[in-house]
Amino acid sequence: MVKLPIYLDNNATTRMDERVFEAMRPYFIEYYGNAASRNHAFGWKAEEAVDWGRETIARSIGADPKEIVFTSGATESDNLAIKGIAEMYASKGDHIITLTTEHKAVLDTCKALERKGHRVSYLPVTREGFVDLDMLRDAITDKTVLVTIMHANNEVGVIQDLEAIGKLCHEKGVIFHTDSTQSVGKVPFDVQRMNVDLASISAHKIYGPKGVGALYVRKKNPRVKLASQMDGGGHERGMRSGTLNVPGIVGLAKAIEICIEDMESDTKRIQSMRDKMWMDFRAELDEIYINGPDPIDKPESRLPGNLNVSFAFVEGEALMMGIKDIAVSSGSACTSASLEPSYVLKALGVGEDLAHTSIRFGIGRFNTQEECDYTVKDVVQSVRHLREMSPLYEMAKAGIDLTKIEWAAH
Amino acid sequence: MAYSEKVIEHYQHPRNVGTLDPNDPNVGTGLVGAPECGDVMRLQLRINPETGMIEDAKFKTFGCGSAIASSSLATEMIKGKSVDEAYAIKNTVIVKELNLPPVKIHCSVLAEDAIKAAIEDFKKKRASATVEAEAVA
Ligand SMILES: Cc1ncc(COP(=O)(O)O)c(C=O)c1O
Ligand code: FES
Repeated sequence: MVKLPIYLDNNATTRMDERVFEAMRPYFIEYYGNAASRNHAFGWKAEEAVDWGRETIARSIGADPKEIVFTSGATESDNLAIKGIAEMYASKGDHIITLTTEHKAVLDTCKALERKGHRVSYLPVTREGFVDLDMLRDAITDKTVLVTIMHANNEVGVIQDLEAIGKLCHEKGVIFHTDSTQSVGKVPFDVQRMNVDLASISAHKIYGPKGVGALYVRKKNPRVKLASQMDGGGHERGMRSGTLNVPGIVGLAKAIEICIEDMESDTKRIQSMRDKMWMDFRAELDEIYINGPDPIDKPESRLPGNLNVSFAFVEGEALMMGIKDIAVSSGSACTSASLEPSYVLKALGVGEDLAHTSIRFGIGRFNTQEECDYTVKDVVQSVRHLREMSPLYEMAKAGIDLTKIEWAAH
Repeated sequence: MAYSEKVIEHYQHPRNVGTLDPNDPNVGTGLVGAPECGDVMRLQLRINPETGMIEDAKFKTFGCGSAIASSSLATEMIKGKSVDEAYAIKNTVIVKELNLPPVKIHCSVLAEDAIKAAIEDFKKKRASATVEAEAVA
C-alpha cells in the first residue's frame, strides 16, 4: 500500500534530504558561532563552514568562490541582481529585458523599477515557452543594461537555451542575469559555458532548507558590480549585509553537492516516472494537453520532474478536490486569490478555458513509481467522474463547437 | 482552504447529475457562466403543465467543488416546488447550507442564475407554444 498523502509538488518546494539535515545539525547546536567573529574558535568554525559552502557551490556551477553572495533565497537574489544592476548602471542606460513568463520575484521587481522610471521590455514566448532569439536581439538597444531570463520555468518546466542567450548578451555588451532556481542541481548549469553574469539559486527547491539561497555575481570577463540593497555590517563584500545563516549555507552547499553527485541517476529515475505518467494519462484519457515542451519529443528542453497537463472540460480545483490525498498545484483561477488563471499559461497562448483545467505535477527525488501509478489511477478516475458531470464535455462529445456559443460571461 | 463537509458530500455524491431532453416543451434549460471564467452550469427542470410544479431537475457543472455542490443542492431544492417558489430562491440560502467561504459566493450566485435561466427558458417556450397554438386556431 502506498503511504498517503503523496507529495507531488516538488516545483513548489521539496522535502529536505536527510543527508542535508545531518550536515546542518551541528551548526545549530555545536558550532553556532558568528562567521564574522574573527577572534575565537566559534567564529573560526563557522567561517570554515561558510568557506566550504562557498567553494562547494562555486565548483558546482563553474564559478569562483569569491563570486558567490549568500542571500535568504531566490526572491532576494532576483531582487538584488535586478535592482542592484539597474541602480549601479543607471548612468549607462535605463532599459531591462525580461520574459512574460518569469517568476513574480523577477516580474514584480521589474515593475517596481518601472515605477522609478526604468523601462522594461517583457518579451513574449512561443507556444512551448521559448524566447525567440531574434526578437531578443532586436529588443536590445544601446540603453539596455540587463537581460534577465530564467533558465527553467517553475510552472511548465521549459528550459531556455542559456548558452545562446548568454552569447548574444555578451556580444552586445549587456549584462545577463538568470533565475536558475528551478534548474541548478537538476540539469547541467555552468556559468562559463552559458555566459551567465548573475544567477539566482535557492536551497529549498533542491532538497535543502527554506530561507537560504545565493546569487552568483561574475567577477571577471566582465566584472559585474552591484549596488547593495541591504544596509548594515557590509557582509558579503558589501553586497549583502546581515549575519550569515551558517547552517543554511551548509545546507544549501550540501544539497547542491548531492544533486550534482546524483544528477545522472536522479534524472534518469525522475524522468522515467514523469514520462510514464504522461503516457499513462494519454492511454487512459482523451482531450488532454501538455503545457510546455513535449516530454517525450524534447526531454532536454523540459525539467525532468515537471509535468503540466490540461484535462479539458474539468476545472482544476475540482480535480484537486477529487485527488485530495495527492499534493499538486493548478493554474486554475479557482485556486488563486486573484481569480485569474495562470499568467504563464496565458503567455504560452493556452486559452483561459484550458488554463482553468491545468494541473502541475512535480516529481522529485523521494517519489516512487508506486506513488506515480497511484496518482495516475486516482486522477483518471476523478477526471472521468467530473467529465460525467461536465456540460462542456457532453457538448463537445455531441459535436458542438464551444467557441461558437455566446456565453453569458460575468 | 478546507472544504465544508457538505460541499465534500455533494461533490462525492452529486444529486441529479444528468440531461433532460431540451426539446421537450415542458423542460426549461439554463446555461450560465463561461468556460473562460472557469465555471459553466447547466440546470434543467421539467414542469408539470397541469400543476405548474417542478417534477424533475438535472444539472451538469464545470467548475470548482463549491460550484458543483451549489448546483447539486439547487436541483434538490427546486424539485417539488412551484415555478414561482423556485424562482424566488436566493443564493444566500445555498451559501448558508453549504457553509461557503466568501471567495466561493459567486459559485452560489451562478446556481441562483441557473435556476432563473431555466425557468425563463421554460416560460419563453410556453409563450411561443401558445402563440403557435393561437395561430393554428
Ligand atoms: C523560478 C523561481 N524563482 C524564484 C522563486 C522564489 O524562490 P524563494 O522561495 O527561494 O524566494 C521560485 C520559487 O518559488 C521559483 O520557482
Ligand atoms: S467555479 Fe471557480 S471558484 Fe467556484
